[in-house]
This record gives sequence, structure tokens and C-alpha cells, in this order.
Amino acid sequence: MSSVLELNDVSIQFGGLRAVGGLTFSIQPGELVGLIGPNGAGKTTVFNLITGVYQPTSGSIKFGGVSVPGHKPHQITKLGIARTFQNIRLFSSLSVFDNVRTAKMMHLRHGIAHSLFRGPAFLDEEAMIENEVFDLLDIFDLGKEASTPCKSLCYGDQRRLEIVRALATKPKLLLLDEPAAGMNPTEKEELMHLIQFIKDKFQISVLLVEHDMKVVMGICQRIAVLEYGVKIAEGTPAEIQNNPKVIAAYLGTEDGKGPLDA
Amino acid sequence: MDQFVQQLLNGLFLGAIYALIALGYTMVYGVLRFINFAHGDVFMLGAFGGLYVHKALAPLLNALPWPLALAVVMLASMAICAALGIAIEYFAYRPLRNRPRLNVLITAIGVSLFIEYTGQLVFGATQQPFPAIIPRQNISGLGGLTVTMTQVIVVVVTTALLIGLRYIVMRTRLGLAMRALSLNPTAAALMGVNTSVVISFTFGLGSALAAAGGILYASLYPSVDPFMGIQPGIKAFVAAVLGGIGNIPGAALGGMIIGVVETLVTGYSQKLGIPSGYKEGVAFIILILILLFKPSGLLGKVEREKV
Amino acid sequence: MQLLLKYRTQAFLLLALLVSFVVSQASDNIDGYVLQIMLVAGINIILAVSLNLVNGHTGQFSLGHAGFMGVGAYMSAAVSVEMGPSILGLLGGPSTLSHGVTFVIALLVGGLCAAVCGWMVGVPSLRLRGDYLAIVTLGFNEIIRVVFQNTSSSGPFGGALGMRGIPDYSTFFWVFGIAAICIYVVASMVNSTYGRGFLAVRDDEVASESMGVNTVRYKVVAFVLGAFFAGLAGGLYAHLFGAIDPKGFGFLKSVDIIIMVILGGMGSTLGVVVAAIGLTTLNEQLRDAEKFRMIVFSILLIVMMIVRPQGLLPVTFEKKRRKSA
Repeated sequence: MSSVLELNDVSIQFGGLRAVGGLTFSIQPGELVGLIGPNGAGKTTVFNLITGVYQPTSGSIKFGGVSVPGHKPHQITKLGIARTFQNIRLFSSLSVFDNVRTAKMMHLRHGIAHSLFRGPAFLDEEAMIENEVFDLLDIFDLGKEASTPCKSLCYGDQRRLEIVRALATKPKLLLLDEPAAGMNPTEKEELMHLIQFIKDKFQISVLLVEHDMKVVMGICQRIAVLEYGVKIAEGTPAEIQNNPKVIAAYLGTEDGKGPLDA
Repeated sequence: MDQFVQQLLNGLFLGAIYALIALGYTMVYGVLRFINFAHGDVFMLGAFGGLYVHKALAPLLNALPWPLALAVVMLASMAICAALGIAIEYFAYRPLRNRPRLNVLITAIGVSLFIEYTGQLVFGATQQPFPAIIPRQNISGLGGLTVTMTQVIVVVVTTALLIGLRYIVMRTRLGLAMRALSLNPTAAALMGVNTSVVISFTFGLGSALAAAGGILYASLYPSVDPFMGIQPGIKAFVAAVLGGIGNIPGAALGGMIIGVVETLVTGYSQKLGIPSGYKEGVAFIILILILLFKPSGLLGKVEREKV
Repeated sequence: MQLLLKYRTQAFLLLALLVSFVVSQASDNIDGYVLQIMLVAGINIILAVSLNLVNGHTGQFSLGHAGFMGVGAYMSAAVSVEMGPSILGLLGGPSTLSHGVTFVIALLVGGLCAAVCGWMVGVPSLRLRGDYLAIVTLGFNEIIRVVFQNTSSSGPFGGALGMRGIPDYSTFFWVFGIAAICIYVVASMVNSTYGRGFLAVRDDEVASESMGVNTVRYKVVAFVLGAFFAGLAGGLYAHLFGAIDPKGFGFLKSVDIIIMVILGGMGSTLGVVVAAIGLTTLNEQLRDAEKFRMIVFSILLIVMMIVRPQGLLPVTFEKKRRKSA
């Protein structure tokens, strides 16, 4: 089976700084992969490369056989990659409903002209989108909050809404950037179930950047470890936990127990 | 050839004044990241400050040798404008700290219009002559070139102020605090920098320089009116962007370049076949070109949005 | 009845056009001074609502709306002055119809020229944000003014003196009909799934892109459409007063329009319409105190930003409930 996403020898340079160097890895359909590493290892940069926010200095990124670099971020979303952000980036002045509706825009058959004439085709499509958005909100228990301004949701719900919004683009691959950040243990537990649930329900691949080792080790099938922009290890959670290089990267020494011992 | 050198020289004198105003834009941008639209109007107030101080103290000043009289007028006007600058920041901009930058810009436009039209009410709408504090005489013995005493003073004062500013920014505690604030406001505050004091100080300093610029400008083109700050203000702003906004040597360099370009365009407009009326648009064309092709300016750094 | 409810937006537009037409027919009974203020208010509504699309909904701060208005005013006036007689001749001499046709052509030419300018400003401005964008649009505004100011005084645009003797075609029907269309276009566009893109771009460009929103396209559409309506407003203005000059389309005029948008609330079409009417009236009240006018307006601007940056009307959220299972 061919990979969903394939990074081959990808590097990016900012001035004199090589943020990511020679990164090669891939994600298979339906796989949940973790990307971990110490602060500043280049995890978010990898996300930005995959989603077209940055262009790689060298190397190739292929999504379903299509070369990603050179596409604008919004085109890449249309190809089927959706993401969330480390620091939540909801549309702060919009309601919960409209936040999700925005993601539906790219599936529209009608455009500016239809929205002006407001004929039967337009109204039908708007009604259809409304239903789809509500279906999605209901799955995640946000349906009753549809008219709420998104910034008055609680933190955990904002994180969830961001994931729902990403799912509304109907992605084949979902990138989650530190979804557990700022959550308490109960919320983290719920999040783990949520990610599992999404992967199974929507039949998509997930790439997860996360600092919380309990979350990563608990749900990922495979984990890649970055340090200074270079992949130092890749394998199952068990392999990663016992990899001396990874332990050294996190602790700087080769003894003792570290954050990897969940 | 002589004419070209003469134009170049005139441009540099004018550019020196633009540099003084540009410094205010650039310093405020450095610490607060917003364009103080009202800065050109502080420049106008500086010129009027000079005019009124001169009127009020005329008997005393006439008794003094002119360099001393100039120093008195200039220092008084700089002090007044520094106080006004601090007041503007305190009443109009401070309540908006941590609000979107655009809101502050709109407020600044409001402040600018307020100063201009209140000025019109107080000072009258017509042009008033500016007193010849600096004797209007030419300095001879420079070949075919004409240089006036005013132009010499412009260069002397500007150079002195630039050196003084450099000293303040690089060698004093407040200067250090300014630089820290412009790099990272949160970190600076956590390290014990009193942000409010530094911002007030920055406004005061920038406004004082604008006031000096105002008096020099009014001595060079000896008349003042409430709207005289608009055009030089815009050109100085362009100078600050050209040099790389937030960058002090950049602002000085940008000011010189804008002064020279403007003088050359005006001087050669007929030969180039451009109506001389277009000179008001020149600054904007330069601005648009810089922002499109090198938005960080000549000496500035690129800022990248973190995703 | 159900049909009417389904297509209520269009019904409102038709009603507004009808009312404008009826009032226009009866406008001889309205006091000339009052009528003139109403027409100015109508033009200001068009200007404010169209600027609101750019500044309010899309979050791109333009300081140059009067420039587009100026292009529309000059171009439409040039059409009706220079080409008007031949169009009238073609249609068999002066009549209500031939005047109407001339005016429509003039307005469309003005609007389209302004739209082209909007595109020329919008495309390079895409790389700029916030205050830089504001300054560059201000620059374009000044450049447009300077260009008109430096045309030959014997040419069609009349240089610094401007143009005179423009036919007075702007009746109640034209002004309020176009205002109604402008409100309809902006409101119905924003209130659709497609139109939520404008608001998304305003809130967060990076997140918009990652949701598949083509931010570039939205910004250009906002600029072009905003400029088009500003151009129409300029055309109406020129054919209302019969004389125009470059100074009328400078930075201060842009500020006038911005104050309306800010007072009404950036992004609120209703608020902006109310503010346009209110400020036009206030402007008339201050006519005798011209010296204080700009002082009052500038204080208004400062106080609004400090006390109520979201505008005078409260911000509302559309109630959404699932309609069918």
C-alpha cells in the first residue's frame, strides 16, 4: 500500500540556521504517527513545511503522489491535509457554527455570483452545508453551542473546536500540533480517546506533535524523534522508550528515568 | 555640474531635517510597533513653539548674540514639545496599549487632525513669517556654490543632536531599556524595565527632535502654518521606512536620501518632463516601491510571523 | 408567502428600489435643501458600506477610499460631459430615457475605472498588513489626487480647478437605488458560506489558508468591489453638485468615510448605514462652525477608539439552530 505522505530528504534553512535537515519519513493510510523532540527541535517547522507555510530548501514532500512544495497553503488543504495550531487559532469574532462553516467553503460549487443572486441552487447548498456542520458539531457534542462566540468557549472546547474545524475540510491526513498543551489529566485522557475515535470514525491518518509522553506513547502506532532538526530515531513506542539516543536527547545523559517513562 | 553639486548640497540640508523627524517615527515604532501619525504635527508645534518663545522673549533675545538666542529658543521649544509628546502618549495612546495596532493607528490619525485643526483655531489658518533668528547671510568662498548660514546651522545642529541621541541610546540606562523594550517588551518588563517610563521617555525624545527639526525647517523656509507638518511628516516617515523602521542610523540615512531625491526631482523636473506638482507624489512612490520590494528597508531586519 | 420568505433578501431589494422610485417621482415636494442633504447621505451610505467591506469585513485597513471615489467622479463626469451630447443625439435628442442611458453609461465607466484602480492597489498591497497597508493606500489616494491636480487646466479634467457644468442627473432614485444595491451586494455576500471567508481573512489569515480559504482572492475581491461602489458614489457625487475638484477627493475625504465606518462598527452594515446618515446630518449642523468641524470629528475618532472600538451598535451573533433532521 502506498504512503499517504512521504518526506524525502527534506531540509529548510533560515538564514544560517538549518531548522530541519535531511528528514525522511512517511505515513501510511490510517496510521497514527507521533512526532516528538525537545523544544526547538523543528517539529512545528515540519508541520509548516507539510502545509506549505514554508517552502523546503531541498528535498521532496509528496502527498498522495502530488508534490506539495509550490502549492499555496489553501491549495494543500484542498489536496486533503488539515491542521490545528499550537496556539489555538480560531476565528475569534465568529460563532462556533461559522468557524466550522468556513472550512466548508472550499467544497462549495457556488461562488460569489450565487451568493448574490441567492437562487434555489444557492439556498439548497447552504442548507446542505448547515446540516453537515451540525452533524459534525453533534458528533463532538458542540451542537448546542453553535451560536456561541467561539472565544467564550472553555479552553478544552476551543481545542476541540479547532479539531472539528480541521475535520470539516474532509482531510485524508490530520496534523495536530500539541493538542494536549494546557490540558489537565482528565482532559488529556479524553483527548486520547478523541484522537483514536477520529482516526477510526473518519478513516484518516493522523500526525501528532505532542510533548506529553503519556499521550504520545498511549496512542501512537509509530513515533519519530527529532533533535536539532534531524531525525534521531523512529519506531514503536516501546522501541523509542528504550532508545539510548532518544534518552540522551531528552536528558543529556545516559542514565536515569526521563519523561519517556510514562 | 556646479548646479548639480548645488542641488545635491541643498538636498542634504533638507535631508538633515527629515532625518531629525524620521528619528521620532523610528524610535516610537521601535518600542511600540506603531506609526505615530501625529509626529509631523509635533514638528509643526515645534516651529510654532519657536515662533512664540521668540515673540515672548524678544527684548531679552535681542540682547544676546544670535547663537545663544537660537539655543534658548530651540531648547525651550524642544522642552515644550517633549512635554506635549508625553501628554499625547499618556492621554491618547496609553489607554490603547495591548489593543490591536490598527486601533492605535486610527487614534493617531485622530490626534493628528486634532492638532492641525486646533492649531488652525489657535494660530490662525494663514501663513506667518518666521523670525530670522539665524542671520540670513550667504557664506562665500566655496567656488560657485551658495551656502547660507541657516544651512550650516542645520548641519551643525543635526549632527550634534544625532551624536547626543546615539549617546543616550547606547550609553545610558534609559537607552538600554529602550533597546531592550524594542527587542522584547515582555522580557524587558520582567527584567524590571519600567515600560511606561521608557515609552514616555521615547515619545519625549522623539518629540524634542521633531521640535528642533521644526525650528530648523522654519528657518530654512521662513514661514509657519498649522498644516506645515503634513508633507515633511510624510517624507520623514518614508525616510524611516526606507532606512528600515526601528533602526536609528537607518532613519538618518533615509532622511538624507529622501532630501536629495526630492531636491533633484524638483530641480530637474522640467528637464525630465515631469510637472513639478508631482513632487508631492514622489515620496509615496518611493514608499510603495520600498514596501513592495524591500519592506525591511536598507538597514532593517526582516520580521517573520510565527505560526 | 413561503416563497416570499425564502427570497426575502431579493424582495427587500425590490421594495427599496420601488420606494426610491416613488419618492423620486414626488421629490419636487421635498424642500430643496433637505433633498440635497438626503442625497448626500445616500452617497455617504454607498461610500461607507463599500469601505466597510474592505476595512470592516475583510480587515484590510484602507485609507484611500476617496481616491477611488475621485476616479469614479472624474471618469463619469468626463463621459457625460464629453460624450453625453453624442449619446443623446444617437437616442434622438434629450429625453428621460436618453439622459438615463447616458447616466448609466457614465456611472458604469466611472465604477469600472475605479474598480481597475482598486485592483491595481489591491494586488500589490497583498503583501502588506495593518499600518503599512494603511499608509500605502493613503499614498495611492494622494497619487490619484496629484495626477488629477496636474492635468492640463484646458483639458477635460481641468487641473487644479477641476470640472464644471456636469449635468445634474443624480436624482433620489439613482442615489438610493444604487445605495440599496450596494447594501444588498455587501450584506448578501457576507451572509453566505462563501462570504464568511471575508471574516475569516480578517480574523486570522494563516488559519484561513489552512481551512482552504484563498486569502489573496478574497482580499482582491474586497478591494475591487469596494472601489467599484466608491466609483459609483463618486459618479453620483459629480452629477449631484455639477462641479468637482481634486481637493475634494483627498485624504480628508477618506477620513470622513472612515469615521462613518468606525462609528457604525467595523463589519456591521446596519451600523455603518446609521452612522453615515447621522454624520451627514451632524456635518450639516456644523456647517456654520466649519472651524470646529474637524476638531469635533477628530475627538470623536479618538474617543471611539478608546471607549468603544467595536462601534456604537452592539455586536450580535446570528442564531443558528438545526432546521431539519
